[in-house]
Amino acid sequence: MGQAIVVTSGKGGVGKTTTSANLGTALALLGHKVCMVDTDIGLRNLDVVMGLENRIVYDLVDVIEGRCRLEQALIKDKRFESLYLLPAAQTKDKDDVKPEQVKEIIGRIKQLFDFAIIDCPAGIEQGFRNAISGADRAIVVTTPEKSAVRDADRVIGKLHSEQIEEPKLVVNRIRPNMLKTGDMLSIDDICSVLQIDVIGIIPDDDYVIKASNNGEPIVINPQSKAALAYRNIARRILGDPVPLMSLEEKPGFVERIKKFFKLG
Amino acid sequence: MKKLSQNSHLVTIKGTRDGLVFIMDDQCEYVDLISELTEKLGASFEKFVDDSIVSVSVKMGNRTLTEQQRYEIAVIIGRRSNLLLKSIEVAPTAGDERIEQLLGDNVMIHRGTVRSGQVLQHEGNLLFLGDINPGGTVIVTGDLYVMGALRGLAHAGSAGNEQAVIAASHMFPTQLRIAGVISRPPDEWVKADVYMEFAYLDDGQMKIDKLSNLFKRKQSL
Repeated sequence: MGQAIVVTSGKGGVGKTTTSANLGTALALLGHKVCMVDTDIGLRNLDVVMGLENRIVYDLVDVIEGRCRLEQALIKDKRFESLYLLPAAQTKDKDDVKPEQVKEIIGRIKQLFDFAIIDCPAGIEQGFRNAISGADRAIVVTTPEKSAVRDADRVIGKLHSEQIEEPKLVVNRIRPNMLKTGDMLSIDDICSVLQIDVIGIIPDDDYVIKASNNGEPIVINPQSKAALAYRNIARRILGDPVPLMSLEEKPGFVERIKKFFKLG
Repeated sequence: MKKLSQNSHLVTIKGTRDGLVFIMDDQCEYVDLISELTEKLGASFEKFVDDSIVSVSVKMGNRTLTEQQRYEIAVIIGRRSNLLLKSIEVAPTAGDERIEQLLGDNVMIHRGTVRSGQVLQHEGNLLFLGDINPGGTVIVTGDLYVMGALRGLAHAGSAGNEQAVIAASHMFPTQLRIAGVISRPPDEWVKADVYMEFAYLDDGQMKIDKLSNLFKRKQSL
């Protein structure tokens, strides 16, 4: 029996879908059977980010309404054997499905996979309730912006009232140089308000946008710092106590030489 | 004749989103008020509402009530099984007395975090152990003491008690309200050293002082 993890945020555009795609891929890279579920009905994106858009035949709503079996709607990833995607419907609406129906599907996916990663839509309405209905754990994504932290706080409150205890926090799109100058909310600032455990911090990385446009999750790019951050989160989900990565830029070659001579 | 026409306006019943509001005339005799309330809630009342539970707020205007009178009104409203008496608002000074009477120095303790969008309401004094986050709201009829960070909205003396205070270990509110006075901290309210503070009303103006001075204020009451 696997576990279902919902990736949510309240605010839109903070990186829920990117986080879902990369955590799913990272967990698959570590040898687990993973199914990513896109619950953003009407505004599906996860398939695009994964580069699987053109393989969609059936979707979540088709399964719920009995037009196909669950196995028929699951799309196998083109890179990893153990990674699957259940896409959302694009022509329907979030109000067309009920939380109990999603919960039932998630329950069936948990029988077949080690992990179900549920990509939640923005907002706290029907789509949110659908997404969290089947989840065992939750990951709340925020960025170091006041508005995103405010919405994350609201969502954490909602998760508590839905009995999903102890959600974990991902702080996305951190810009280390802005942190240094104090122009960006620090991780400590965010934690002192939200009062939940941080499971990962992800530096802002140009590769993410490039990878997303190419339909490739960033985790498979070894040059990217964000990729390492996502892999670390996956390991922490599995219970491996990986320390949070340092956001300090590695000094360049010239700087290292300078430093060496100063010390010497 | 005159009395009769006046009579029918002693109790005005209004429907709001939060239930019914009974607005009571505060100039007439108390007995007249009671007889009209009894009559309005009589047989013809069924025309107004169905069987679902409706909450009722009673506004007494500028009238004070004894405990017995409050009880009497509560009983009359309670006869209608679908009416749920939420509050009886009386003249402010009487409200203070009532709160003092009811609670004395009693303080209720509540633990947790009030997050954005959440509202914590309490009748009386409240000691809150935890944070009130931006977008979160705490409303109490008495004093509010926060052991933690107050970053959201706090309303003390919400029933009109102007003597109420708001104290917090970390006072960084979005907005403070005491009785009917609303205040927000100045935008450049960045303090070098953090110490416990409380907010109070002085001649209708909200002021902030160190918590160590709270006893001066509360003792004089």
